[in-house]
Amino acid sequence: MSTLSRDEVAKLAGLARIEMTEEELVELSSQFGTILDAVARVQELNLDGVKATSHPQPLENIARPDVVLPSLSPADALSGAPAQEEQRFRVPQILGEE
Amino acid sequence: MIFKTAAEMATSLANKEVSSVELTQSHLDRITAVDGDVKAFLHVDKEGALAQAAAVDANRAAGKSLSPLAGIPLALKDVLAQKGVPTTAGSKILQGWKPPYDSTVVSKLKDAGVVILGKTNMDEFAMGSSTENSGYGPTFNPWDLTRTPGGSSGGSAAAVSAFEAPLAIGSDTGGSIRQPAALTGIVGVRPTYGAVSRFGLIAYSSSLDQAGPFGRTVLDTAMLHEIIAGHDVKDATSINASVPSVVAAAKSGDVKGMKIGVIKQLQGEGYQKGVQTRFTESLDLLASLGAEIVEVDCPSFEFALAAYYLIAPSECSSNLARFDAMRYGLRTGDEGGASAEAVMAATRDAGFGREVKRRIILGTYALSSGYYDAYYGSAQKIRTLIIEDYKKAFAAADVLVSPTAPTTAYKIGEKVDDPMAMYLGDVATIPVNLAGICGMSLPAGLADEDNLPVGFQIMAPAMQDQRLYQAGAALEAALSSKWGGTLITKAPALKGGAN
Amino acid sequence: MALNYDEVIEKYNPVLGLEVHVELNTESKMFCSCSTVFGAEPNTQTCPVCLALPGALPVVNEKAIESSIKIGLALNCSIAPYSRFARKNYFYPDMPKNFQISQYDEPICFDGYVDVEIDTDEGPKQFRIEIERVHMEEDTGKSLHVGGATGRIHGADYSLLDYNRAGIPLVEIVTKIVPGTGKYAPEVAKAYVAELRDILRGLGVSDVKMEQGSLRCDANVSLMLKDATELGTRSETKNVNSLRSVERAIRGEMLRHAEILETGGKVKQETRHFQEDTGLTRSGRSKEQAEDYRYFPDPDLVPVKPEAAWIETLRAQLPERPSIRRKRLQKQWAVPDKEFAAMVNADVLDIVEATVLLGADPAKARTWWLGEVSRIANDKSVAIDELAITPAHVAELINLVASGELTDKLARQVVEGVVAGEGTPSEVVAKRGIKVVNDDGALMAAIEKVCAAQADTAEKVRGGHLPAAGALIGAVMKETAGQADAAKVRELLLKFLGQ
Repeated sequence: MSTLSRDEVAKLAGLARIEMTEEELVELSSQFGTILDAVARVQELNLDGVKATSHPQPLENIARPDVVLPSLSPADALSGAPAQEEQRFRVPQILGEE
Repeated sequence: MIFKTAAEMATSLANKEVSSVELTQSHLDRITAVDGDVKAFLHVDKEGALAQAAAVDANRAAGKSLSPLAGIPLALKDVLAQKGVPTTAGSKILQGWKPPYDSTVVSKLKDAGVVILGKTNMDEFAMGSSTENSGYGPTFNPWDLTRTPGGSSGGSAAAVSAFEAPLAIGSDTGGSIRQPAALTGIVGVRPTYGAVSRFGLIAYSSSLDQAGPFGRTVLDTAMLHEIIAGHDVKDATSINASVPSVVAAAKSGDVKGMKIGVIKQLQGEGYQKGVQTRFTESLDLLASLGAEIVEVDCPSFEFALAAYYLIAPSECSSNLARFDAMRYGLRTGDEGGASAEAVMAATRDAGFGREVKRRIILGTYALSSGYYDAYYGSAQKIRTLIIEDYKKAFAAADVLVSPTAPTTAYKIGEKVDDPMAMYLGDVATIPVNLAGICGMSLPAGLADEDNLPVGFQIMAPAMQDQRLYQAGAALEAALSSKWGGTLITKAPALKGGAN
Repeated sequence: MALNYDEVIEKYNPVLGLEVHVELNTESKMFCSCSTVFGAEPNTQTCPVCLALPGALPVVNEKAIESSIKIGLALNCSIAPYSRFARKNYFYPDMPKNFQISQYDEPICFDGYVDVEIDTDEGPKQFRIEIERVHMEEDTGKSLHVGGATGRIHGADYSLLDYNRAGIPLVEIVTKIVPGTGKYAPEVAKAYVAELRDILRGLGVSDVKMEQGSLRCDANVSLMLKDATELGTRSETKNVNSLRSVERAIRGEMLRHAEILETGGKVKQETRHFQEDTGLTRSGRSKEQAEDYRYFPDPDLVPVKPEAAWIETLRAQLPERPSIRRKRLQKQWAVPDKEFAAMVNADVLDIVEATVLLGADPAKARTWWLGEVSRIANDKSVAIDELAITPAHVAELINLVASGELTDKLARQVVEGVVAGEGTPSEVVAKRGIKVVNDDGALMAAIEKVCAAQADTAEKVRGGHLPAAGALIGAVMKETAGQADAAKVRELLLKFLGQ
């Protein structure tokens, strides 16, 4: 039986940038055993030499010409912004590296 | 008028027996009467719809050439961006967001003069099979209001089934058009991947998502299919080829000499008895019409569910990263000098529902360093095996068939706490998505044990969508003559409006 | 005790690794049709795609692919017959999708090299920098940090985001580790970046303006003891925005690493930021956990498979390699090493070549551009090609001097006029009334006047003491306001004084 510990779930939640309560972490951790067992079935077959499919249709070399088309108006671009200032999206202070 | 088929309505419009404004108003009235019980719509765009209808009427009066569905009302799944109209994908994280642009599907509908009544409920970001995962509460099955209409396009299916709209658009990532069509007794088609542009379709799983039509008949569904399909330069995965002649196929409905393959792996154990019975009867009917029934073996299908529940969550974990409270949508926790990072995390906690979080975490795990090959990598190889199984099967048969879903509609709340049980409901529909081919569900009758609709699934190779309609129309005609009308005419009346 | 540079390289070998990001100069962005023009009003060059609005999809710019292949060819790389885009997943507010579309294990170009030559104590020496890969990706938006004392990110109250730059095509050129440069590590790195810049400029694929950020260098540096076999821990310095900074940053990091190692410390593997004002690097904010980018193939973009014939066409169109061109020009113009190096440093090769191609004498063209024109550009603190003077102007000027219509001194006045926008050299000559005084009568009058005023000196010359003539000639030149030809004055003066 596969498991995913509370701490592992917490680490994944961090990577996925989702704050989670202790209850949520514990609940997810308890559910993951069954789910991981089910998805781990993909490892049952010998898949050596089998190609991976990332795209269901065999398309290739789809590109667009280097031509400028009209952008959104700044008003439209910012229409959904939770906060804005000086025609820019206003966001809380960023902690990350410069 | 609202109980007619879209094709009949189109004829009445063309003959000026009714105006689009009248037709639209009748549907808006029906929505007012029954949607309090069905809850198919998240947003009804009364003004926009009537304005579109009036424009079509004016064009018709001016003698302009119109598309076959001009003036016909339609319900749009809330997963498609429509300019200026609230678009949420069923999620609290997008509450109140109004796109500044139209999805390609919406542009095509508008160009064809199709009247968009409003946005329909869905499982949040299309993740679910019952519409119970909507951030705005569940939709109820018009056949039995204590049951789910299936999902994730449950709102669109319920709207068509409840005569709130003759046509609807859904999206199908693992069965989200076909399964709710089956559970509400209507027709739903998932076109070939790349046949309908994904531009403006809010992504769940990019390599599996595909928008498609719902109707109450095979012909109605085909008419809508022809309008929304076609190459789009704004979608790099869009197929640059002419749209298969699905309307002509729906009109011909001939299966004489057609080879129909029954997939060994998609029947029997795990399938409700009444579902299996109606499926077998339909096969017999097709055989009586001159089709040749063969059995095909698709051994890798056993692993399809596992592959799907790795690929879709992996892609969704990345697709849904953009919902971060910075540029649009919900923002919570922005107080007391909280950082952007903290606000993102708090917003994603508050804005996403449990199933969405579950799949994001699962996908994050499957892609993370050290697990990629074992999970995501293996799932993609299974995908190759499924494609190969289909290739072999289609060498032996023109179309493949199975029941659409293992069971009829289940009770609201019945599986909501058991994600695995819910996932199992997608077992017959998922292989189509993994292989990028097309599939249809159409009504095969009611299960004896619960009197609820059963869906019959037809699958065809990529860009051979017309075969679905050809076989579907034949079966529909045979069943209708047996029943004395299509199945939907047997649906129970809803409070507030007799059927 | 901190070691000085000589002591550091006595004891340690530096190992370099350079990652250069180049903004391509396409008209439109990498994955959408927004303009890439630098300096536009905030958020005027954005659309659903580069803002990552729900439902939007990327479509790659074919010119960006072409430019990337050209770069690969110019860097002696192999071009991948099959390459894909991958998503690099991490959250950052200036990156709208919260993943960057990049390339991971399937870059478009790989395994190339660039040779650079630098002056060493033993004369010019060539170093080969091996290229690991060239891959395509997209740029991020720009944030403006508001509040706090410094305008820097730390201590800011909030930030304002402009996404005009988000999605501009980037090519990242990554070297293999570069060992064996010894004490010349900083110079080799600088020469490499300069060579890259020249190659890219020659290809015309980028503006390569380091000060505008269209060419950015990240420098990885580590030290290993001379007899060690294992590489030391590296630091990665970002924000290195000029050629001089490349040199300073690497030298600074070598000294910093040595000091840590000498005091028994361990170099931390981290990202550091170069400070233009101090020449030192500063530690970035360390992350709580190692990043896990969860790369996977982008399902929205299909594989790139450039046809061999197309690659060969592009290869045939490659311009002359800058190093070869420099050798050719130096030989053609017969310029000594030192003077040629001065031209390269002053970045006047292109402009001198253009002047020579218009028929000017190479030595004179070089003198004008490197001398008077460079001086003016310096005074005005602008680039030489931003002045109003063109190669055609300089060629004309050189002609006017050669034909005796201008003296060198007068020609300098003409340059001033051209730079001031007064027109071509002939137009300036006409407008300002500049002309050489060739009228013997006028010159004789001046000579007589000067000889009368300086009778003693004139007597000396008359007596055969020729060196004394210089003072008289000078005085005559002054008298004629520099418009006389000095050789002519000398001839007439000596004749007048009986010599």
